[in-house]
Parts: sequence; C-alpha cells; structure tokens
Amino acid sequence: MMRVTYAHMGTSTIVFKSMLEEIGHEVIVPRRPTPKTLSLGVQYAPEFACIPFKLVLGTYLETIPRGVDMIISAGGYGPCRAGFYGELHGRILREMGYNPDFVFFFPPLKKPVDFFRKIIQLKQGGSWRDLFRSCQRGLKKLKAVDDIEIRSHEIRARELKRGDTSRAFRKSLNYLEEARTTKEIEEARREGLGELDKVSINPDFEPLKVGIIGEIYVQLEPAANFYLEETLGNMGVVPKRTIFLTSFTRRDVVAHGDREAKERAEPYIPLVIGGHGQNSVGDVVHFAEDGYHGIVQLAPFTCIPEIVAKSIMPHLSKVKGIPVLTFFIDEQTGQAGVETRLEAFVDLMQEQRKNNSA
Amino acid sequence: MKGYLGIDVGSVSTNLVIIDENDNLLTSHYLRTRGQPIRAVQEGIKKTGADSPENLEIAGVATTGSARRLAGVIAGADTVKNEITAHAVAASHIVPDVQTVLEIGGQDSKIIIIRNGIVVDFAMNTVCAAGTGSFLDHQAARLNVPIEEFGELALKSNNPVRIAGRCSVFAESDMIHKQQTGHALPDIIAGLSEALVRNYLNNVGKGKEILPPIVFQGGVAANPGIKASFEKALEEKVTVPPHFDVMGALGAALIAKRLMSRSDKPTRFLGFELSDFQYEANSFECEDCPNNCEIVNILVGGELHARWGSRCGKWDQIEEKRTG
Repeated sequence: MMRVTYAHMGTSTIVFKSMLEEIGHEVIVPRRPTPKTLSLGVQYAPEFACIPFKLVLGTYLETIPRGVDMIISAGGYGPCRAGFYGELHGRILREMGYNPDFVFFFPPLKKPVDFFRKIIQLKQGGSWRDLFRSCQRGLKKLKAVDDIEIRSHEIRARELKRGDTSRAFRKSLNYLEEARTTKEIEEARREGLGELDKVSINPDFEPLKVGIIGEIYVQLEPAANFYLEETLGNMGVVPKRTIFLTSFTRRDVVAHGDREAKERAEPYIPLVIGGHGQNSVGDVVHFAEDGYHGIVQLAPFTCIPEIVAKSIMPHLSKVKGIPVLTFFIDEQTGQAGVETRLEAFVDLMQEQRKNNSA
Repeated sequence: MKGYLGIDVGSVSTNLVIIDENDNLLTSHYLRTRGQPIRAVQEGIKKTGADSPENLEIAGVATTGSARRLAGVIAGADTVKNEITAHAVAASHIVPDVQTVLEIGGQDSKIIIIRNGIVVDFAMNTVCAAGTGSFLDHQAARLNVPIEEFGELALKSNNPVRIAGRCSVFAESDMIHKQQTGHALPDIIAGLSEALVRNYLNNVGKGKEILPPIVFQGGVAANPGIKASFEKALEEKVTVPPHFDVMGALGAALIAKRLMSRSDKPTRFLGFELSDFQYEANSFECEDCPNNCEIVNILVGGELHARWGSRCGKWDQIEEKRTG
C-alpha cells in the first residue's frame, strides 16, 4: 500500500480517489486550490511557467506534508511544454528536500510498454481482474459525474433561487463519492439527477448558450477559471465545456486526439500546434454550427497553443458569426474584472439574439 | 419634471448625471473617488441634488463602474449595469452611427465595436497600466508638467521621439534616457502620447476592426495630444463628445430611462438626503465550505442593509436573477 496523491482537477478528484483506493492504496485527497495554493506555487515555480504548472505545484506542496509516497500525473508529447511539467515538478520538489515517487502516464497507444510497466507498479500485488473491474467502475463513475455536471449547468441557468442548483449539485457529488459498486454508482447517478430536478426553475426562460474552449486544466478546474460556469449560470446562461474527462479519456488519453475537431479546424489551422490549440479552433466551428450564442476561450497566460488559436478568432468569429471572448488567466484573483466582461458579453449576446430574431 | 440619474463609480473618478425625458443633460458632476466609493457617492448625490431644478422628480436610477453594486445599494438603483454596455449606450446616443468606441480611463481602457447600433465585440484592459490614464499621470508628474497642459504641449512637437511601448517601466526608462540626451520636452511628451496609443492599439485593440465613425471618451479624451496620436495612427477622424468624461454615467442614465419607461414600478431611489445616513461596510470569511468566500456587509445606521460575496448565494440578500 502506498500513500498516493494527484493534482486537483475539478470533479475528477472523487473518481481518482475511489479507483486508487480499490486497488489498495491510501489516497491523500488534494484540496481545491485556493489563493494560498497559488502563492505557494508561484513562490517555487519558474516565473514564466503557466498557471496550471503553478497551481499544481502549489497543490503538491500542500498535500505532501500530509504524508505522500507517490504522485501520479500525466506526461505528454507535442509542442506544448506541459509534457515536461511532471518532470519539472519532480525536480523542484526534490530540490526542496521532498522525495515522493512520480508516476507519469503517457498515452498508452504511443508508449504501450511504458504504460503497462506503470500499471504494474500501481497495481502492486492485486489481480488483473480486480484492476480491470476497478477501471470499469471508475469510468462509469466518471461518466456519472459528467452527466450530473452537465445537467446542473442546464438547471442553474433557469433556477428561480440563486444557489439552489449549486447546493443540489454538491449533494449529488456526495452521493457519487460514497458509491462503490456498479449498482451503487447507478443508483447515486439517478438520485443525483433527481436532486437537480427538484430545483424549482422557470421553464419558459430561454437561456443563452455559451461554448467554453481552451486549455484543459483551466477548463476543468473552477478555482483556476473564476468559477466561470457557475458565474455564467448565475447570469442565466448555459455553459458547455468542450473538455470533459470522459471524452478526454476516450480521445486524448487512449487515442490521438479529437479527430472531428481537428478536421473542422483544418481550413484555418492545418497543423498540430500543441495542447488544445487546434481543438479550440475546431470547437468554435462546431459551436457556431450548433446554434450557440457565443464562445468563451480560456487560456493560461503565455500558453502558445491558445495564443495561436486566439489569433485566428477574429477571422473565425466573423466567418461563423459567433462572438468570442478570451480570458488569459494568470495570477489575478479578482473576480470583478471577469464579471464585468461576462456581463457585457451576455448583454452583447442578448442584443444579437434579439436582432437576429427580429 | 421627471429626471433620470446615472452614477458611474470608477477607481479614479465618480461621475453623476441627470437627464430629462428628452435626454437633455440637466446636471453633470465629476468627483475623485479617492479609494472611498461610499463617500464619493454620498457627496456626489448631495451635490447633484443641490444643483438640480426644484421641481425635479427622480424617476429612475442606474449605477455602473467597478463599484456599481455598492453604489447601487447606497443610492437605491433600479438597475446595475456593467460599464462596457453603459459606455456603448452613451456613445450610440451621441453619435448614432458610431462603429468604434475608444475609452481610456484612469485604471482601465476599453474598445467597443458597434455595428448597426449593436455591440458586436469589445475588449478591456485592467491588468496593464501602459495603455491607461495612470501611465500619463505618472509621467506628467515625472516631467513636472501639469496633466492638464500635457496634451497642448504634445501638439507643439514637430518631431516626436520614439519611446518604448509595451510596459510603462520600459517607457519610463526610455523617456529618462531621451531626456538626458537633450530632447525637447514637447517632443518627449508627443512621443509618450504615441507610445500610449501604440500600446492601446496593440493590446486592447488587437484584432479589432476599427471603422469610422470613431468616438474617443473617458478622462484621457481631455488630452488633445492623445486624440491627435489616435488620428495619426488610425488615419481617421476621431470625435471627442462634449461630455467625454461622464459618458459612463450618461449611459447609465439612458439605461435607467429606458428601463423605467417600460415598467410601471416606482423608482427605488433613496433620495438626495442619503448623505445624512451612516454607511458602513465590513467583511468576514465564511468557513462553511472550502470556498472560504469573503462576505461583504453593507450597514446603514448600524443595520444590515445588503450583503454579497458568497459563491453559493446563502448570505446574499440583494442578488437577483435575470431569470425572474
């Protein structure tokens, strides 16, 4: 048994926890990053590293003193420097005198031998059958978490009393966190969705729909994106992220990325620029064709793939007739500037919708 | 006579205007916020009340600017609007076919792209000082030139020096260097104006389609040097509207009027006497979940009047949903 931890990334935490526990590890559950986590990360990170690097480092530094033997993380290929982040985190931690084991997973189809070696390391003495079952349950749970989150976004935009949906959502996640067997997970999913359906809503309200694109960490971790989806929901908007861990696992972890998004991006950006830069472009095309009213692009400050994608946005926005608002996220923790822009963006989308229907 | 009050509380200035039913400007006030938005609003409302016609009845109030929520509670606003929308509304009102709004204030700057009377794109800069009024303020102080004379001096230059843009720190060291090598003051000031405009266009204005008519507003529009630099860089005529420094407040007043003309509810305006009330703000950290939200309390005469800041909404009393 090892004391294992990983980076906090939105709702995925509860799924990783149960999967690792099932194969016999003790999990030191990372807490959601706070401004304190950020300060800690900034203190020990290279100045020009991006915000995901700093927040993850800060998270490790908060978790390690609670007793950690092993950190699990993902490595990567291609032009985005995040592929090296795990290695760099390890070196910084070792220089600081900490010495946890690091296990980096690379896409299994690209490095199958390496992948299996790491699985064996994690699985320890357990049987393959148990491991397979645990992964199956993990995927099921991940899917349930995503289903509940997507439903919460649809409900929140229509809720009558602010905060009801967020409360019901937290309750639903608690059900799922406790669910262990396949049957329990299915039950928790149903009950969770039921909690959300109990929220009183205005059924006649036609919310605006906004697609969220951009780098994976700032999309998935609300603490890194000013709680964008909740904020939009409170303004009566249904947000839809392009990255959910279930789809990400299928497309990017196992295989070679989202082929459809890449095909849609082809006319504007025909080559791999790393990270999710190409997806960001392809996803705008998708959202525009799907009748969305606007796009919010989330990018860590200094993120090259998203900078390249952003430079294509003015043209794309014009051709596809969909407004795009980009946030470069760095160390600022003030919510006010983000809210001002979002409010103005909502005004803009409402006026455009009114104008288009007139 | 009915009037509509618009209040714009920014980090540097607090502006108030009243318009009548025909959109005529009745009063206009520009005060320094000096880090005390509550006091600035109270004082502004008192002054506005003293200056307004006797038979005036306030029929609607809107607040905008970075302290819009706070100001909304203090004044009793009928609506609270973001400053981007407020500036766009005001610019479209003064120049109905406007396509581009350049706005430069003390701590932030914006660009708003309007087509057929509708905002289609915007950008706002609040992180970097290099494209805002505080950059000019700071350099004027360094050069010992009153900020009011800055623009006129710039116009006297025939040969502006090149001063680094991007960052006010780079600009400053560049400027000192040019000073020490003996360049004339007007040339340096004109160079600074061009650097600010270059920064603005490269940063806030990046990727935006700037088409005429172009309206330039915000406190910095008082500076004819900057206006000239914009015209030179854009090769287009730039219009500075007569009330350029209170456009946010004017936009808010117009928004209040539109809202109240569609509604049969009375205004929530608390009256011009509110400067007599004792306002107080304090905050605490909620420890009920890991969010650790900072909750702000607004007290009037010792009693809790409004509260906000919680992510879950549990402490909020004045939050309203657009759904309702």
